[in-house]
This record gives sequence, structure tokens and C-alpha cells, in this order.
Amino acid sequence: MPKKKSPPITEAWRGITFTRRALVVGGGQAAVGVALAARMAYISVVDNDRYVLESESNRVNLTLIPPRRGWIVDRNGKALANNRVSLRIDIIPDRLHNKDMVLGQLQTLLRLDGDAMERINRDLKAASGFQPVAIKEDMTEAEYSSILVRLPELPGIAPQRGFARNYPTGAAVGHLIGYVGAPNAEEYQKVRDPLYITPGYKIGKDGLEKYFQDMLKGKPGARRVEVTARGKVVRDLSTQADLQGKTVHLTIDADLQEYVARRMGRESGAAVVIDCRNGDVLAFVSMPSFDPNSFSDGISSSEYAWLRADDHQPLINKATRGLYPPGSTLKPMAAIAAVEHGVDPSERHTCVGGYRLGSRFFRCLGVHGSLDMPSAIMKSCNSYFYWLAHRLGYDAIAPTARLMGLGEEFQLAGSNQRYGTIPDSAWKMKKYDQPWSASDSLNAVIGQGYVSVNPLQLAVMASRIASGRHLYPRLVNREFRNEPLPFSPEALAVARRGMDLVVNGAGTAVRSRLPLDGITMAGKTGTAQVRGLGTGNGKGGTWKFRDHGLFIGFAPVDNPRYATAVVIEHGMGGARAAAPVAKDFMTFLFDREKGMAALEGFEAGWGGTIKERMDRDYAAWKAGAASDPEPGVPQ
Amino acid sequence: MIPVPPAIQRIPWKLIAILGGITGFGLLVLYSAAGGNWSPWAWQQGVRFLVFLGAALVIGRFPIRIFEDFAYIAYIGILILLIAVELLGFVGGGSQRWLNLGFMNLQPSELMKVAIVVGLARFYAQLPPGNTRTFTALWPALVMIGLPAALVMLQPDLGTALAICIGGVVVMFVSGLPFWWFGSAAAVGAAALPVLFSFLHDYQQKRVLIFLDPESDPLGAGYHISQSKIAIGSGGIGGKGFLNGSQSHLDYLPEGHTDFIFATMAEEWGLIGGLALLFGFFLLLRWSTRVALKARTRFGQLTAAGLTMTIFFYIAINLSMVMGMAPVVGIPLPLFSYGGSSMLTIMTCVGIMLAIENDSKTGTRRFH
Repeated sequence: MPKKKSPPITEAWRGITFTRRALVVGGGQAAVGVALAARMAYISVVDNDRYVLESESNRVNLTLIPPRRGWIVDRNGKALANNRVSLRIDIIPDRLHNKDMVLGQLQTLLRLDGDAMERINRDLKAASGFQPVAIKEDMTEAEYSSILVRLPELPGIAPQRGFARNYPTGAAVGHLIGYVGAPNAEEYQKVRDPLYITPGYKIGKDGLEKYFQDMLKGKPGARRVEVTARGKVVRDLSTQADLQGKTVHLTIDADLQEYVARRMGRESGAAVVIDCRNGDVLAFVSMPSFDPNSFSDGISSSEYAWLRADDHQPLINKATRGLYPPGSTLKPMAAIAAVEHGVDPSERHTCVGGYRLGSRFFRCLGVHGSLDMPSAIMKSCNSYFYWLAHRLGYDAIAPTARLMGLGEEFQLAGSNQRYGTIPDSAWKMKKYDQPWSASDSLNAVIGQGYVSVNPLQLAVMASRIASGRHLYPRLVNREFRNEPLPFSPEALAVARRGMDLVVNGAGTAVRSRLPLDGITMAGKTGTAQVRGLGTGNGKGGTWKFRDHGLFIGFAPVDNPRYATAVVIEHGMGGARAAAPVAKDFMTFLFDREKGMAALEGFEAGWGGTIKERMDRDYAAWKAGAASDPEPGVPQ
Repeated sequence: MIPVPPAIQRIPWKLIAILGGITGFGLLVLYSAAGGNWSPWAWQQGVRFLVFLGAALVIGRFPIRIFEDFAYIAYIGILILLIAVELLGFVGGGSQRWLNLGFMNLQPSELMKVAIVVGLARFYAQLPPGNTRTFTALWPALVMIGLPAALVMLQPDLGTALAICIGGVVVMFVSGLPFWWFGSAAAVGAAALPVLFSFLHDYQQKRVLIFLDPESDPLGAGYHISQSKIAIGSGGIGGKGFLNGSQSHLDYLPEGHTDFIFATMAEEWGLIGGLALLFGFFLLLRWSTRVALKARTRFGQLTAAGLTMTIFFYIAINLSMVMGMAPVVGIPLPLFSYGGSSMLTIMTCVGIMLAIENDSKTGTRRFH
């Protein structure tokens, strides 16, 4: 074009050129205008649905209202776990515009300590978008309203009046009920339920809370609100109330449960009480325990460290997870097995302070002289039972032990059991590739050696001896057939007679007779050696090496109603440590005032109720931990 | 029939109706954007409009000769002001775009949009026709455009710099410079785009990138465009109704009363409101284009064509931006957006074009 010959440039040509080019420019402008109109039509007509949706999701914020959790109640409808009002505030990270200012204000207003601030900052970093981050739960009304009035200056803060789990009896139900907690990332990944990341929502983490999660959880409510871009709620659009979870009815007797837990005192151990009529578990206690309220509110790391450091192992449910050599508590069972195998219960054996098996002499705890079967139970004579075991062999006794529930894992709601061992020759061959020996039988019959059981099994055994039926323990109303045991009435009567004599005759637990008119308790003590036989006497010295004290029993002797097993770890003897506990809560079952009076006397000596003692111990431990890099263990 | 007095006949009622219509619609939107309140925006904008309209009508009475005579002086004066704000910003340790005159903040870059058009129109009006295809026709114009554009870019204000360039280039185009100059300049410009891009500030580069892919950062810098499109798109054909726009009232739409006022309007008035507004702007631009075509002097022609482009550029860039077709540059919608500076510029343009129109009614066409 530059080389092309151009027409001469005149004013007229310039005028025509101007008009032409102005029209070109104008035409271009018109084209752009049409394009803009088309673009607008496209956005507002073709894409209208999509943008309406986006605009609505901007405008409307759907907040899930965590459902109130169902209650867990005892057999009389008394709450073991319920809900209390909880005031809380959270941060919605997306709406937090001036993080430092807001956090600074919150720190001043709520007096948050360094630990809390660190956790909040950590959570904020990990949180994404609208997933709220908890600032504080269980605030006082004063704190809550101090935040409410400053809400306009604190964008991103979401106050909430919600519910928190409450366990009225605290540590007494720790191992039975378990606890709830905020779902972790893993649990959220599994279900992908937005409720799981709603602040204040808790799921069952352990025990019955976990087992009955589906029943207890309820249905969330929803609140639709109109919000501004900064998260300020303009108005409520609609609210759908939550649907509370279903109530779980337990067979537990809340009063008894609490009583037993308190009566355990400073000891470490477990106790189970079973209704002899139907297998209902009335009390299911492992002490020391943790306060499930602490766990449900999000336990502090120092409190958790304190629980872990305790050598009494408050985090372990000893009723089902603790395995102990049952000691002499197996003797009534062995007596039944012997009678079933044709031993005449009136046949006498003379105790000379032990039993000679080949070159070994198995010692008895005394020199009991001539004994028949019931009195051998009464005196807990090892010699007599060595003699029986040597005569019958343990393979004859082990099936009876298993029929009594020993070595069995029960289908019991929410429990996690270690079920121990009832050994026999086949078991030993399989496990150690060694033949069963007569000395193994002798050790097993007095509940030592390879034998290990948990306290729940011992209680089931007591209930089966007492009822003569194959009672199956239950925590909720499930139907079991509970058929009669295949034992002769005579065999059961011998065992019961022996157990009656233990407490009410001249036996090992005479000091634990019930202080009641017309109601007596039968029982059997057991003392299980922690160290190997013959190394130290287990009656003193370091706590860890003292003998365990065990007791099984039932009451009343005629027409039994309650059966129980008590294990006191390192209690130095069944008669000394375990039987008195059983005596007091059995008394409580028949005469509550008398039982309470006894307990109050004990608690005055121990330094208060469980909660008071725990609070004090924790405070002492924290003080120690603060000054001592290697915190000591509370005793 | 009562005869209409000539003094009233001479008032451009049609133009006032167009301007009043657009601004009045804008006032309704500002009323809504303030949550159903005349304050703080609508009444102030209304008063400002009346003042500027009066000023434009007065300017329109000036003989066109005055604009031609003062074109260079005004251009140089405003160029000096631009340098002054640059120096002030340098001294103050930051970027500054305005001079505080006490009663108002003056943005010299706004005035430059008008001055560049008037200045170049004078230059080409004086240029002998024979020189139209020579270098003499080119370099002074490039210097005149380049200096202020560079100064404004330093502020940095990409939108205004572009507006200055476009206004100037259109004057060059309609003055009859060879077509291929523009064609090759456009080609070179396109080729140099990546290089130019690298000269932009980080935040400007980011805006451009986000414009190309707004969903890449929906909560960050892409937020403006996303929310604006949501507002326009959710309005549909008939809109959500007056005072019912959730995007603007709940603050999801940023700058809902200034740069993004079109989205505020479209949410409540829908496509119908949008087309009505576009029609209003069409009428305004049709009037100004006619003024250009009918102008009696070459200076008038070029000025009117350039100012038309200046007004159009505001509209086109602003609407492209709110509909996601252009990067976010801070350019308001003429007469509609709340703000004095842009209204001052637009009404100055209108005033000058009124003067050109009046001039064309007074005598025969001549091209000196």
C-alpha cells in the first residue's frame, strides 16, 4: 500500500475520509455495544440457573444444629449420661478478616492461656473454608455475653448455645459408658457427613457411647439464615429443630454403680454385680477411672498425661481387660466338677499342711486336718483340692470351668474383653508343645499357673453357681434362654454350702458377714500371687508385687438374688481387701442407709469422694509436673 | 398554540432528557445500593449532576474558537499537573493520583482524557492536508499521547492510560492518517504484548491473569469478577426487583455503587434494565457521533469524534469488566457510577460537544 499511488490530498478528500472513518468508528462502537448486550443476555438468560444458585448459596447459610444425644439411663430411668446446656464460640475461618485483631480480643476477653491460643492457631491453619474452629466451650454466661455484645467488631465469630454431654456420676461410669468426643479427620473421611465437622457435634468414642452411637446420635436440625459477605446474620429464614437421639436403657442400677465405685476407695480393681434371676449386669465398675466429662469436653494433654502416668491404670477397664489368676475363687467350681465326676462330697481328706506329688511338696496355707468338701471350701484348703485334681486330672475340671463362663468372651454391649485362659492338656500341647503334667493340674485347681480370668467371668461364675442356670450377662434388654446347667442339684448344693460356710461358718471371710437380719451372703475368697510361688510372701513390700485379693459371692444364701465378683489388685488377700467391699455393697443393696453410713465413714478416711480426690491428685500432679521435668506418679 | 421562546428552544432538551434518564436510573440504583437510602450516595450524586449539567450547558454556549485557542495551553497545563502529582507521590513516598485543591481532589489524569483529544484535534486541524501522509503528521501526535500516557502509567493507572491512548488514536484515525499505519501498529502491538505485560505491576499482571481464568482464585482477586457475574446472571430477564438484590445488599458485590454499579443494577432490574441502559448510552453516543458528522469545522469534527470515543471507552471497558470480558481496571460507568471525577470528565465532553453543535447551527460548513 505505501507504494500505491494515492489521490492528491485535498480538504474535500479529508472531509470524505473523516465521514467514512467516523462511520467506521461508530460502526465499531455499535458492534461492541451489540456484543455487550449479547454477553449480558447470555449471562442472565442462558446461565441464569447457575448464577441464581450461586447467588442463593452466597445469601443463604445453612447451619446444622447438632442433635441432642440420646440419654443413657439405668434400669430405673435414672440418667447415667444426659445433656447440659453449653455455651460456646467458634471461628469461621472464611469470615475471619482481621485474624490477629480478633484473636487478640478473644484472648483478652476470655483469658485464653498460651496452650489454648496455640491450639486455635494450629486448628485455624489446618481448617479450610467454612469449617468452624472451636475457640471455647462451656463458657460462663458472663463470658458468653461479653462476646455477644462485641459481636459486630468480631467478624468471623460464631456464638452458639448448644448442648454438651454430661455424666452426673462422673468417674463412676467412666469405663461402663465410655465417652464422646469431636470426630477426628479419619472418622470424617469415612462418613463424609457435614455434621461431623459442625462444632459441638460429638460422637461416641468408647464404651457404650460408641457401641450405641447409631441409636444415640439423633437427627440434626438445620438453620437457614441470610448472611452478609462478612458473615453477619441478617435474618433467620427457617429453622428445623433437631431430633434427639433415642434413649438407651441399661440394666445397670445407677445407685449401686456409684456406690460400688466409691466403695473401691483408693484401690485399683474391678467389681461386677449380676442379677441372679436374669443375668442383668447391675454394676460394672473398674477403678480408678477417668472422668468421662473431661474426655467429652476435650481432655487437656496434661490431664491425659496424668491419667497415663498413674500406675493404677485408670485408662484400663479392669472388669473386662484385666486378667488375673483367680486363686481360690475357683474352688467351688472345682467342687462341682468333682461331684459330677463321682467324688463323694462327704469323703474326707486330711490336710497335713500340703500335698506331696512325687518329689515335690505343694504347700497349703495351714494344717487343716480332716476335711469334707464343703469345709475344704470353707477353709480354702489347698491340700484337699490338690488331692482332687491329682485324682481327677484337670481335663475333668476344665469343661466345668468353661460352663461357668470362664475363658469365655461374652457378647456384651460396648465391652472390649480379654478373655484369659482355662488350660487343659490339649491347650498346653498346642501352645507349648508339652504334655500336661500332674503339677499343672495342681496349680490350675487353686487358680494359679496357666489359669487367668477377668472379673466379669468371675461374676458370671458366681451367678451361675448361685442360680444353677446358664445365665448370660447383659447390659441391655436382650433375651437369653438361660437354661439350667447340666449339674446335679447335689453338686451345686455342695458348692453353695461351702460358700455359705466361708462367710457364715468358720471360713476365711467371716469378718465380711452382712450386718443384716435374716439376709446372709455366701462367698469365696481368693488370693492370687503376682510373683511366682515362693518368691516373697506377697503380703507387703512394693505395691506392685503384692498379691491380688479376689472375692466371689452371692446373696441371699437361700434364693440368691445378687451375684458378684470383686478383684482388688495387689490387695494382699481376698478376705482382707475384696470381701469387705462386697459386704458393703451387698448391704447397700438390701439396706441403703446402712450401706451409705459405712461408705461415708470410709470416705472420710480416704479424703472425700472420688471427684474430690481426683481433683486434688491432679492438682498435686500438675504442681509437681510444673517444677519437675520428670513428673512423679501419684500414689 | 403558545410560541416557544427562542431562549428555551435553544436549550438541548433531548440531550438533557438522555443524560437525565441515565443519571436518574443511576440514582435509583444508588438509592438501592445504600439499602434504600438517599444518603450517602444518591442525593449527592443528584446534586453533582445538576451542577455539572449546568456547567456543561454554559460551556456549550462558549464559541468553539476558545477551545481551539486554549487547546495547547490546557494540554501543557494538565501535563504539568500530571508531573506535579508524580513528584508529590515521589516526595510522599507512594503513588498519588490527585491534587488536593481544598474543596475537591483533582485528578489531572481525568482532565487529560479530554485535553489529549482537544489538543490533537487542534494539531490535525492546523496540519496542511498535504502533510497528512508524512512523518510530520505522526511524531508530534505520538509525543503528545505518549507523554501523558507514560505519566499515568507511572501512577500506576492502566485504565486511564488506555483511555488517553484510545482517545488520541481515534483522533489520529479520523484525521485521515494512512490506514496501514494503524494496521501495522496494531500488529506490532499484538506481537509486543508479552513484553508490555512484563512491564505491568504485579497486581496488574495478576488482574489480567485472573481475568483470563477467574475461577482460579474465586475468593481472592477473582472474587470481584465472580461476584459481579453472579449478580448479573442471577438477575435473569426481569431482575429480582427494586431493593431486592441480595448480592449488593449483603455486600457480596464489592464496589457495588462505583465500578460495579452495573451489576447492582442488573441484579435488580435484569436484562431489561441492562438493555434499557445500553439504549440510553446508544442515544447519547448517537447524538455525539452526529455532532461530529455535522460539525462545521475540522477542529469540531475531530474533537467530537475523539470525545465520543472517550465516553464510549468508559462504557465499553466498564461493562466488559463487570461481565468478565476484561480485566478489573478501575473505570467507572459514565453518569451511573457514584463519583465526581468521571462525571466531571463526561460532562466536560458533553459541554464541548454542545459548543460544537451550537457552532454547526450558526453557519455553513468550513474546514479551517
